[in-house]
Amino acid sequence: MSQAGKRSRYVLKRLLHAIPVVLAIIVVNFFLLQLAEGDAVDVLAGEAGSATPEYMAQLREKFGLDQPLPVQLGVYMKNMLSFDLGYSFRHDMPVSQLVLDRLVPTLLLMVSTITLAVGFGIILGLVAASNLNTWKDNVISIFALISYATPLFWVGLMMIVVFSLKLRWFPTSGMENVAMFYEGWDRVKDIAHHLVMPTLTLSLFYLALYTRFMRASMLEQASMDYVTTARAKGLTERRIVFVHILRNALLPVVTMAGVQVGSLIGGSVIVESVFAWPGLGMLAFEALFSRDLNLLLGIFLLSALLVVAINLVVDLLYSFLDPRIEVG
Amino acid sequence: MSFWRRFCRNRSAVVGLIILAIVVLIAASAHLLFPEDPFKLVGQSMSPPGENGFLFGSDTLGRDVAAGMAHGARVSLLIGLIATTVAVSLGVLLGAFAGYFGGWVDDVLMRVTEMFQTIPSFIFAILIVAIMKPSINSVIIAIAVVSWPAVARLVRGEFLAMRNREFVQACHIIGMSDWRIMVREILPNCLSPIIVTGSLMVATAILIESGLAFLGLGDPNIISWGFQIGAGRTVLRSAWWVCTFPGIAIMLTVLAINLVGEGLNDAMNPRLRERT
Repeated sequence: MSQAGKRSRYVLKRLLHAIPVVLAIIVVNFFLLQLAEGDAVDVLAGEAGSATPEYMAQLREKFGLDQPLPVQLGVYMKNMLSFDLGYSFRHDMPVSQLVLDRLVPTLLLMVSTITLAVGFGIILGLVAASNLNTWKDNVISIFALISYATPLFWVGLMMIVVFSLKLRWFPTSGMENVAMFYEGWDRVKDIAHHLVMPTLTLSLFYLALYTRFMRASMLEQASMDYVTTARAKGLTERRIVFVHILRNALLPVVTMAGVQVGSLIGGSVIVESVFAWPGLGMLAFEALFSRDLNLLLGIFLLSALLVVAINLVVDLLYSFLDPRIEVG
Repeated sequence: MSFWRRFCRNRSAVVGLIILAIVVLIAASAHLLFPEDPFKLVGQSMSPPGENGFLFGSDTLGRDVAAGMAHGARVSLLIGLIATTVAVSLGVLLGAFAGYFGGWVDDVLMRVTEMFQTIPSFIFAILIVAIMKPSINSVIIAIAVVSWPAVARLVRGEFLAMRNREFVQACHIIGMSDWRIMVREILPNCLSPIIVTGSLMVATAILIESGLAFLGLGDPNIISWGFQIGAGRTVLRSAWWVCTFPGIAIMLTVLAINLVGEGLNDAMNPRLRERT
């Protein structure tokens, strides 16, 4: 079979593999909803102030809540697969529309965070590994250890104290200065200015992670036979590190970046609620306070789907980067 | 060489152990150091550190930040330990079944594990606590539910590697039951990676707990570091100390546990040490 044919078959296989995961996540969602005290009708009745038991029974019949559990599950799955995530009574809007509106700021935050964390993580790991057991290595390792142990929300708050309140370099919260009605490049600059602190906060932990990972990966590759061969050929140490070791050491870091996306979304809930960044995480924080369970479940489902999608992309990227991976 | 001497060879692990011992000591003697309820209003509100008899200042209502930190240490360590114990037990059980029996049992259990690893764990934890109503039990359950898959994968790998070894085959031949082989013969042989992973998981559990409490999902009747920071963020502008000191406590504790975990790893797998 041709290379292109193999590749498309691999893509198809990975897609098929993702389907049961998505279905299982929807089932988990459904049972979480069942676990919750009270149902949608109780919520509605609570909103209205009072409702007679007859009226509530009528509503339950209308929403199909009097049906047996498997039937309800079937209806729920059908709704979810057509991306009907239910209705948020607090916001008076369909959940799907709410979460899609907030998706872009979260994606912006995640992309800038991953770029920063992976980029600098690779550089710091490289520096630490090529200066093994010197002061550079020690400083980087201690920095990584401390960042690894610091809670994100605390870093965010401390950055607000130092850089916003004392030094007044960056705004404390929000994504843009709406009152200024910026347009074009001015707006981009304004958003970038607001993006700096949330990105730094969220990336700190992952920067530490990738630094440690890159360092270990470089050291592992450095002990391989092909490095000895390269050295025996008389290549310069510079060329060995940058051309031979670096390329191979990068591969596991790419996989790691994909694996961490799920926890990155979790971290963004905290960072967004600290900086009032108007993304999915902030929406989750608001949903928590208003006890809007439907909305919370919608955010959960969307973020799980996001992780599945990104893992898929990373897998495919990996098969391009490393031809040794069996595609067939 | 004894285990203890190997552990002490790692300088940073010893530092970690000392910090951890201090935190445990403070947690254990919290009721002696600060006999009052940490929620009680004990003096001038918003006192800066060192003034009005407050070592780390007081918060908006006049609660002692230092007292809250001492009592919070208890909660953090306890939740970290219990949640990890639950997660490790669950992970060992499922991982052992998957690795020992293989076949469809393995397939099903590993699919489930993979799914749990795909789900964004912190949001999942938030959902569980929100649905079960915030309490110390729901927080522990939430942390355990999102933490077990890593243990399950590890234990499965160990059991898979062991189940065809000669000593296991010998056990089969003398008619030992599967349960006995799993618990008495294989499990003791893979304890050291489980202990190392477990110790690092305590650190993660403390971080998750503080994050949940920060978002207002802690037990409302129990003071904790995350709760203190969450309560203090509204007065960040005028009283930075309310947020700052509990955060340092979290950082030091988590750092100490991570260092001890790495030290345990070096001491228990001396051969791995040579690689780094």
